[in-house]
Amino acid sequence: MPDLDETPVLSVRDLNVRFGRNSIPAVSNVSFDVGRERIGIVGESGSGKSTTGRAIMRLLPQRAAVTAERMDFLGSPLLEKTERQMGGLRGKDIALIMQDPRYSLNPVLTIGKQVAEAAKLHLGVRGKDAVARARDMLARVRINDPDRVLSLYPHQISGGMGQRVMIAMMLLARPKLVIADEPTSALDVSVRKDVLMLLDELVRENNSGLILISHDIRMVAAFCERILVMYSGRVVETLSRLEDAAHPYTRGLIAAMPDPKHPVRRLKVLDRKSIEVETNP
Amino acid sequence: MIKVENLDVVYGAKDKSNHVVRGVSFAVSRGETLGIVGESGCGKSTVLRSLAGLEGAWTGSISFDGKPVGKVRTREELKLAQMVFQDPYGSLHPRHRIGTALAEPIRSMGGGDGWARVAEALQQVGLPAHFASRFPHELSGGQRQRVAIARALILSPPILLLDEPTSALDVSIQAEVLNLLADQREDRNLTFILVSHDLSVISHMCDRVLVMQNGVFVDELSREDLQAGVTHASYSRELFEASFL
Repeated sequence: MPDLDETPVLSVRDLNVRFGRNSIPAVSNVSFDVGRERIGIVGESGSGKSTTGRAIMRLLPQRAAVTAERMDFLGSPLLEKTERQMGGLRGKDIALIMQDPRYSLNPVLTIGKQVAEAAKLHLGVRGKDAVARARDMLARVRINDPDRVLSLYPHQISGGMGQRVMIAMMLLARPKLVIADEPTSALDVSVRKDVLMLLDELVRENNSGLILISHDIRMVAAFCERILVMYSGRVVETLSRLEDAAHPYTRGLIAAMPDPKHPVRRLKVLDRKSIEVETNP
Repeated sequence: MIKVENLDVVYGAKDKSNHVVRGVSFAVSRGETLGIVGESGCGKSTVLRSLAGLEGAWTGSISFDGKPVGKVRTREELKLAQMVFQDPYGSLHPRHRIGTALAEPIRSMGGGDGWARVAEALQQVGLPAHFASRFPHELSGGQRQRVAIARALILSPPILLLDEPTSALDVSIQAEVLNLLADQREDRNLTFILVSHDLSVISHMCDRVLVMQNGVFVDELSREDLQAGVTHASYSRELFEASFL
């Protein structure tokens, strides 16, 4: 049944994250809505893009003070939930796909056990049914020989396959919101595209929202309907096309990337002074 | 400047052997930048490591500046080619100050204690001289990669071997490091071999690109080919399409 619900999956207003007594907030006054669409968050390391993703999942450590005027997931405030309620949401309704499958998969359990565990936890199936669900899901992420892969350990599979397994595990429960934090940075260019296409296809099929966090502004622009550009904890610009970029930081980021079609002798580097002036008038 | 003929690298023995590089030959002239591109495991880094003298299991012939070099290098041969690795954090000793790390190549090549040249080496890569007293963890990723480049250049080698020098860096920092490399190439008339999986970086830096797959070169592209998007093999076509979404 298609979901005709028009309310945003996630609605964030004035999200602030501060670590310890640090006077500089890691994330300040970030506001955005995610519907049944794909939005991208781009920025350099330290810009607060991953912290935003983790704040939504409530995965930040205790010393991080997270405040927001509103952070609603399907209409209910995330910040008021208990740890137990969050545990029920994580993985089932909100999924997080991280950068490197080698660190997110348990090295001493087989792929089959781990994917079946996701089925057991979120779908309430047991034993053989859970394994069958795991096998189906692996076939869905276009793993050719799911029976063989089920019995392998994470070190025996390649990075691209590992990321497919992660996607299978995360999307098994058909989450309403998928947060993908640099899902392809650890992968080769040749498999990067396949993994992104697959993620895109499954998210569309489930009619979920996707937040794609990456430093690669071109890739994000190719995949997402809207792009939030973050710089030093703030959203400096929201774009739907790269050509519309007006903020000097976004323009600087685009110009800093070498483009084989328009070769230049020297690449432009970011002029951080003028960006500071622009962001803190 | 660099001439490689029938380079073969095999790891392991008999039925467990893994033929990583299969008889590759290429030549790079002085001042030229050659790019090698391919996916992980195709053998591109192994070619570079063999050139740098870090690999012991190669056969074939390698010569720098017309003189053949063997598996065990003399000091003079080692001074000809220096390498910059992907992750600068892994290539700098965590408990040595930057100054110690920079002076070490000179010391180990028998050129005195090397301290006199540390400040100059830092300034050449755009870092303040007082960074010599810092530790690697006190520097950002881009600054660490600058130190790694300074360390490779401190022996004034005519050849620089670059193994994914910017893949651990942000695009904005990547631009700074690529500019630094281009400046140094111009100032010192350096010869580069740049290994990367990022075609846009390769086509920005290189005069010529070799596409590698399963230990052999399947395609050679000139600067003009890269700009026009011309390829001569199906694999390089695939790589091209995957790189530019």
